[in-house]
Amino acid sequence: MKSETISSIPKSKLTLPIAGRDHVQGPIDAPITLLEYGDYECPYCGAAYPEIKAVQEELGDRLCFAFRNFPLVNSHPHAQHAAEAAEAACVQGRYWEMHDLLFEHQKALEDEDLAQYASALGLDARRVIAEVLAGEHVARVREDFHSGARGGVNGTPTLFINGVRYSGLLDANTLLAALTQRSPV
Amino acid sequence: MKITTPQNHQGAALAAGTPAPEFSLHSTPDQTVRLSELRGQQLVLVFYPADWSPVCGDQIALYNEMLSEFQDLGAQLLGISVDGVWCHAAFSQNRKLRFPLLADFEPKGAVARLYGVYRDGDGTSERALFVIDADGVIRWSYISPVGVNPGAEGILSALEELQGKPEAK
Repeated sequence: MKSETISSIPKSKLTLPIAGRDHVQGPIDAPITLLEYGDYECPYCGAAYPEIKAVQEELGDRLCFAFRNFPLVNSHPHAQHAAEAAEAACVQGRYWEMHDLLFEHQKALEDEDLAQYASALGLDARRVIAEVLAGEHVARVREDFHSGARGGVNGTPTLFINGVRYSGLLDANTLLAALTQRSPV
Repeated sequence: MKITTPQNHQGAALAAGTPAPEFSLHSTPDQTVRLSELRGQQLVLVFYPADWSPVCGDQIALYNEMLSEFQDLGAQLLGISVDGVWCHAAFSQNRKLRFPLLADFEPKGAVARLYGVYRDGDGTSERALFVIDADGVIRWSYISPVGVNPGAEGILSALEELQGKPEAK
């Protein structure tokens, strides 16, 4: 199968949040951007989750955080559906709430669990699961993955600070230092 | 991360334009892969130091996840290390790998030497990547620091260039 261009993400934006496309927290024109390529079943992503939250709290509106899916499906059999469920929650306006619940319950990501989280958020859980089972969000997740592969992601989580790959420790203090250091003043 | 300094073979890898040296290696106890038999398709040779070591695991696992990206660009992936066939079999099964691992085991590292990516002091190969075109000519090669997972971006760019459709900037 020859590919058409899978990705609609231009090369210059593989490592930067895109207004209107990406899931972002914080102003899109914030002086600092943090883009994560992650996997809901990856324990390292799970460990990074509260650290990133702490950093977000500290930096407030100075930070724009974005998340793209990079599910490693051979290692993590539930990661793909979890990613799609988050996208399905987005359709009903609750992306970040679902994102948080998934990272807070990494060991319970069966389809029934996903439905339960959707219900807990007051979403139409049946619709979320129907969309997942129908593969409605496969293309979006695939586009995220492809852009990561092209952008230099070499595992999860991979973080980009203002478009530059970050390879330091993932604790809040180290991360915060890197973020503020690279912030244009 | 351990940094090994004595051997630095950076630059010694066979370069673009060189015909890829022929080899025949076991992929399983009773199957061999001969390079010339794969003529007609693009290949990605992934030399890595060892099965089971954590960084390799990440790199090999990553490529396993990205197989469709490589296949979309018409390329087949082959992993090569100095580990033996039984070690490869266990590693492959454990990581659910969907591409072959070749055993550069006897004489040890012979193919890595042919490609200029053997590390004498360590007794393993470099972490090296080669993209070979359908005519059996090396079109791109790269040696990554042993402790660094190089990701797939370089391979994907090389394959796209080979297709004559570099991605729009």
